[in-house]
Order: sequence, then structure tokens, then C-alpha cells
Amino acid sequence: MEQSVLAAIKSIIPEERIFLNLSDRYSYSFDASFGEYLPDIVIQPKNTEEISELVKLANIHSIPVYPRGASTSLSGGPLPVNGGMVLDMSRLKDKLIIDRENLLAIVSPGVITGDIHKQAEAVGLFYPPDPSSSHVSTIGGNLLENSSGPKGLKYGTTKEYVIGLEVVTPTGEIIRTGGKTVKNVTGYDLTRLIVGSEGTLGIITEAVLRLIPKPQERKTLLASFDSLVQSGHAITGILSAGILPSAMELMDNACIRAVENFSPSGLPLNAEAIIIVEVDGHPAAIAEEILKCEELCMKAGAASVRVAQNEDERLSIWKARKMVSPAITQMGPTKISEDATVPRSEIPKMMERLNEIRDKYRLNLVVFGHAGDGNLHPNIITDKRNKEEMKRVEDAVSEIFEAAVQLGGTLSGEHGIGMLKAPYMEMELGVDGLSMMKKIKEAWDPNGILNPGKIFPKAGQKKVVLT
Amino acid sequence: MGTLTQEKEYQEKLFNTTYDWTNQCVQCGYCLPSCPTYASMGKETASPRGRINLVKMAAEGKIDIAKDLAEPIDLCLGCRACEVACPVDVPYGHILEAAKEVIADTQRNKKQPAAMVKNLALRHLFPYPKRMKTIGSFVWMYQKTGMNKVAQKTNIIQKISEPLAQLEKIVPAVESPSERIKEGTVYPAKGETKTRVAFFSGCIMDAVMGRINRLTIELLTSVGCEVVIPKRQNCCGALHAHQGDTEKAKELAIANISAFLESGADYYINNAGGCGAALAEYDHLLRNETDWADSAKEFVQRSKDVSQILVQFGPLPFKKEWNGIITYQDSCHLRNVQKVQNEPRILLNSIPGASFIEMEGADTCCASGGIYNLLHFDESMKILDEKMEKADQTNAAAIITANPGCQMQMSLGIQRKGCSGEMKSMHIVEILAEVCGID
Repeated sequence: MEQSVLAAIKSIIPEERIFLNLSDRYSYSFDASFGEYLPDIVIQPKNTEEISELVKLANIHSIPVYPRGASTSLSGGPLPVNGGMVLDMSRLKDKLIIDRENLLAIVSPGVITGDIHKQAEAVGLFYPPDPSSSHVSTIGGNLLENSSGPKGLKYGTTKEYVIGLEVVTPTGEIIRTGGKTVKNVTGYDLTRLIVGSEGTLGIITEAVLRLIPKPQERKTLLASFDSLVQSGHAITGILSAGILPSAMELMDNACIRAVENFSPSGLPLNAEAIIIVEVDGHPAAIAEEILKCEELCMKAGAASVRVAQNEDERLSIWKARKMVSPAITQMGPTKISEDATVPRSEIPKMMERLNEIRDKYRLNLVVFGHAGDGNLHPNIITDKRNKEEMKRVEDAVSEIFEAAVQLGGTLSGEHGIGMLKAPYMEMELGVDGLSMMKKIKEAWDPNGILNPGKIFPKAGQKKVVLT
Repeated sequence: MGTLTQEKEYQEKLFNTTYDWTNQCVQCGYCLPSCPTYASMGKETASPRGRINLVKMAAEGKIDIAKDLAEPIDLCLGCRACEVACPVDVPYGHILEAAKEVIADTQRNKKQPAAMVKNLALRHLFPYPKRMKTIGSFVWMYQKTGMNKVAQKTNIIQKISEPLAQLEKIVPAVESPSERIKEGTVYPAKGETKTRVAFFSGCIMDAVMGRINRLTIELLTSVGCEVVIPKRQNCCGALHAHQGDTEKAKELAIANISAFLESGADYYINNAGGCGAALAEYDHLLRNETDWADSAKEFVQRSKDVSQILVQFGPLPFKKEWNGIITYQDSCHLRNVQKVQNEPRILLNSIPGASFIEMEGADTCCASGGIYNLLHFDESMKILDEKMEKADQTNAAAIITANPGCQMQMSLGIQRKGCSGEMKSMHIVEILAEVCGID
């Protein structure tokens, strides 16, 4: 970094929040996905004005700017792929206001999402989006990636809960979008454009979130099936019977075996699939709904159904689901976690395609995910040091995306495009569709300084490269 | 900085001892909220995920071990709360100790005053029970003769070192050498003998906290334990392993295993979370020593914290009430390594008259960290002062701990907060003994 630029940065940010040494820079070179990219400088801004000035400076000197929350991204969102400046947003966390009258939360971007959950629930309210990393991830990261979790099925994804933003644009202006009202049709919906833009169109510096009343109670069941098709029937059966579960999770046989091997939880080893169904709401209503779900599972041909009779049993069902991640990493040190999503009626077909891909490329491929909304998580467990296997992984990943798109689905349900999925954007959106997106990016960020290298493929790039 | 070949050697050693472990980390970041230094320093470099990544980078030769890795590793408290938070069971403690060993290698040839004092103490003081006892006797004399009052008045220690001066004030009142427990003694159970236990006296505990050892034995006998003090037992080696001196740690472990197996006791009891964790990991420490691996496993199975035994063989014969609020600060190594968190709370909840109030963040480190508070005084005090805010909110009259380091750190925290009048720091054994009428 040039001394004059550094001096200019130091005139904006005090030195104790600027990191230049190698150990600090390497500590901001990764996320929970793949690859490692060394930034030139790491900065911890503490307010909107500082960010605005830094972004303006970056435009003058053509320095790439990479905003970063807690770096739990599974798609490479915060990776500083072109070097430059990492803005560690985790220090911007002074505001977390719950507005009970308007059912709103007003938050700084560095606030941990789980803290919003806690504060809202303390006053009987509820912020539904629940990425599995919500006890670590920042709300700013969640919004920019539009990340969700199991509750997306019933309550919708993150974007449904954002009604206003303060944003530093890629050229350094400070703008406000939306506001504090649920209804708002004044002009283009820039709020929704920014949410899910993966930090390529702006840096969120404050957000207004919508809250809803907290459901009173919940009930949970676990059903096992001898065939995937049967579990698919159970899922569609429940949803078409007018029940909207708050979560509907699926685990395939490879997952079940991995979990039982890692931490025996009494799961049926020979089951092809298990599903976990949770309903929430008024106690009287859900008492009836869970019985109905049980019935529908049996009708679909379930080998067994277990309804949790108390909180301990409920937690033990969820424990089996939570064990999936640690269990599968015992199979190898590198985990490629995808989130290809299909219309829910296509889940059985997608599962079949995934099985074929597993056999064809001889890989440790396990599937779990949010079956209710068609958001599956095929995970390939491998070792990035094994170059030959990584080539097969590349091919398998390509085929997973192709399968999803062919079945009318999408590359990513909740992790984001980032780097690894960028080469497949044209396959899903077409040349013109992708070009419209690119025009937006170019209009907002003429100098291409904000999170460059993400979402859009490089010229001629058609396939992911992991080696 | 060493020569190029030497550096290559260090890198290879680090690679061989840590690379498989560091590759287990999926960088999900679930450890971040559990890390006290990440909270206080606020950067990834001071987080478990960051440190694991740096060890990996150093093993790959991308950063320098002495120049880039040493400081972030040195600033880790070693509380191991991240291991409990980790969804994929990365053995952080093992990575940390292996990295420290290689870092110590790179520093061995350099003559830094702080490192020399540290080495002197580790190599020539803690492993020698007699020398430790002599120190204890000196401290006793220092306190008894009023020299401590003179020193505090004249601020002489303050002038030499602020950290030392602060710590000097919190050294507990040491019992006279004549009251110390003696090796080889057998203390019979009161009433029916339910089990035979061997007591681990610990080097520092024995030297300056002899009273707690004596009370521990009396509590054990009061619930029906026959207590033997094995001869030739030694320092547990925790400080050595934490400072990268694995060889000395192994030597001490073997000495202790021999001494305790010989005792024929059912359980080996300690009353210091830090020592207990070292004892509980002798199997890992000696995993490659074929002659000792099996004995180490047996030793580990029999090792227990005093609170576990008091719960198992209790109830304690309470004789009076303790009026007031009490709270508990977990010993990280008791909670995160030995996985003991309920037993101390069960015991504290059973004290007649006292009301136990859990303090927020009781499970996070107090930043005593062995000798971390001496080596990194400012970083440690930042974490401690935060903790005291939380302790203060409970309105407790006593903060109970289960490790001497934590106990002294709590005393220091209370003093820094200026509430020595209304709050005190006690080892769990002290308060239990008090309500059992044992003094």
C-alpha cells in the first residue's frame, strides 16, 4: 500500500483500528468456505461517516473494498479476492433497539443476529430468520447475503423482515432506503435490491427490521422412511393438508449413518431418509396439527414416527439434526457445502440425481436440508490436499447445479453466489438476465471497488476451480 | 531469528505436530463468542479460529513462527472454552501446546530476561517440592514479620513492577510451615470408611495455600474417605506444558503416575482446576510413550476434582449457616477440560443459609491463565475488570472458585474494584469447611 494512501486512511481512522502486519492480515484472509486471499490492510470502522470517507478514498485510488461481518459465509462473500481493504464491520454494534409499539428492531450491522433473537423474545416478540450460525453471524452479513434457515418455510426469508436501511453506496454517499413502515411503495424498492446483493451494491450501516409476535408453543416429530420417495410424499402430504410447519428437515441415509457413528442418537440405521417436522403456534392448534402430521407420515408409508412428549425429547430430536455437521466432518477435513434449491415437488427427483452424482464421482456426498422449502444441502466431504479427488469434486459440483436448474430450481437458496457459484450464473439467468444484473452493478459502482470478484463470472469462466 | 535451515526445521516440526489438527477446523467461527481474548481485543487474530489458521499458515511456511505466530499464540489464555463450543471437536488445546513447544524452540537460544526468569522458575523451582516449600516458608515469614506491611507502605515492589505489586497484595495468608500436610501420612475416614483416596497436593497449593489442602483432607475424611498423601509426588507439569516445555512435563507426569499408582487408592483427588486438567490429560501427554500409556490411562480414570468426590460420597456434615449471597466463577480447566461444572454448584446450593446466584458469564475465563496475568498484565486486567462488573451485579458477599489462580485473580479483581469490604474471594473448600465447622 502506498504511503500517501496509508496516510490518508490514518487521517480517517485511528491507528489502533488499522491492521497491517502479516498475522492480522492472514486472520482476515478466509471465511467458512474455500480459499484464502491476503488483504493489504484491515480496518475496523466504528461509524457510517468513517465508512463513507474510506469508500470515497478507495474510489480515488482504485482500492478494492471488502466488507466483512463474522466471516461465517459459506460462499466466499467476505473473501478479499483482489487484495485491497477489508472492512471488519463487527465493531459497529452499538445499536440494538426493540421498538415494541411499531414491532420493529433498529440495529447496527455488527450486532450478532442471535442477540436480536434474544432481545426480541425477551419482550414477547420474534425475529424469525434463523441461519444456523445466527449465534455468531452479524445481522449486516445476514442481510447482505439474504441468508435464512429452517424457519424460512413458514416465516419467509430474511428479505421479508427488512423494511429500511442506511447504506453507504459504492461511491461513498450515505443514503436511506425504505423506512419504519411496513407498507411503502415510494419509488424503486432499493431495500430489497441491497438485501442479498452480497455487499456488491452497498455497505449496510443500519437496518430497520420487522418483528412479529412470538409463537406460544411448539411440537416436534421425527419420522423415518424406507424410501426417499415416501418421505417426499409425507412432506407434500403435510403441506397440502393445510399445515404450515415452522421447520421440516430431511436427512439422508449417509447423514444418519454419520450421526450414529459419531454420537449414537437412536436413529434407524437402515432408513433411507428421516424427516423432522416442527409446528408452532397456539397450544390447542398445534396439539391437533402434530397428530395430523403423524397420521400423514404413517399414510405416506413411514417405518416409524416419534412425537416428542416433552421438551427433553424435543431437544434430543434436534440434537440428532445438529450432530450432522460435526459428524460428517469426521469423514474428511474439507467440506464443500452447497445449497441448491428445487421446487419442493421435485425433492425426490433431486435426491435421486444426487445419489447418481455420488456414485458417478465416487465421493462422500451426504444430503440434509430444509425439505419443506426445497432447500437441500448436498455436502461433499473431501480433502483439498488430494488433487485428483478435488477434480472429481469440481465435476460433481457442476452437475449438482445443472440438476437443480434443470428441475426448475436455483443455484443457491440461502448461502449466496460469492465466488464458487459465479461461473454458473448464466446457466440459470441466461445471457440477458445476467447482463441486466451487471448493468445495475456498473451503474451503482462505476469504478468496481465494492466486493469485486463476486457474483459475476470472469470472462469465459464456465466451471468452478478448486485446485 | 535462526538460520534458514533451522527455521525450516521448526516449520517442519510444527507441520508434523499440528497440521492434521488445524485442518480439522472448518472455520465456521462458532468459537468466536466463547473466546475471552476475542471479546476483549476485538480482532480475529485474537480468536481461536484466527489462531488455528495462523498455526496452519506457519506450518505451511507462509508466516514466520517467531515473528508472526508467537505473539498471537502467547496472548491466548488457554482457557479452552473454544473446544466446548467447537462443533467439529478440533483439539485446540493440543494445537496450542504443540505450537508453544515450537515457539519455545525458536526462543531457546535467545537470552531474553523475561524468558530466562520463566525458565528458571519452571525448570528449577516448581519441580522441586522442597524448594517450593522453602518459598512458602519465606512468604509466611514475610507476612508474619510485617515485612509485607513495610513493603506495601514504601511501594518498593510497585517501583520494581506494577503487576508484581498488585499480585503481592493478594497472596493469601500462608500457614506456618508446621501446619503443612506431610507426605506419606494416612488420614483415617471419620466414621465408616467408604473409599481410599490419594491426595495430590500440588506445588503452589502446597507452598502458599497449605490451609486449603489441609481443609480439603478434612472434608474428604468427613464424608468417609481415607486419605493418603503419596510420597514422591510432584508438580503436575501444567505450567511447563503451557510454556512449551513438553519434555519436562512428561518427566513430571511419569513421576506422579508412579507415585499414585503405588498408593493403591481408588481415586486421586486434587483441588486445583488447572492441575486437575493437566492430570486428566496425562494420557494424551504420554500417548507415544509405550511404557507409560496404559498406566497414564488408569491414572486419568482415577483422577477427580474434590467437588466430584464430595458430591459422590456426601452429604457433608454441615454444622452452621452461611448468611449471604454467594456466586461461583468456573475454573476454565475444571469446566472445559475436566467437564466438571455441576458438582461445585450442587455443593454451593446445598450450603445452609446461603443463597447461590449465578453470575452472568461465570463460564468465561477470568484471565488469570496460569501466569498470563503476570506476563500480559494489561490484557488480563481488561478482562478481569469486565468480569468484576458482572460479579458485582449479583451482590455476592463471596465469589467462590475452584482453582488457586482464579481465586487470587478474583481477590485482585475485588481489590481493583474497591469492594474489599463487602466481597471476598474463597476457594470452594474454604466455604464448605467453614459451614462444617472445620477451621
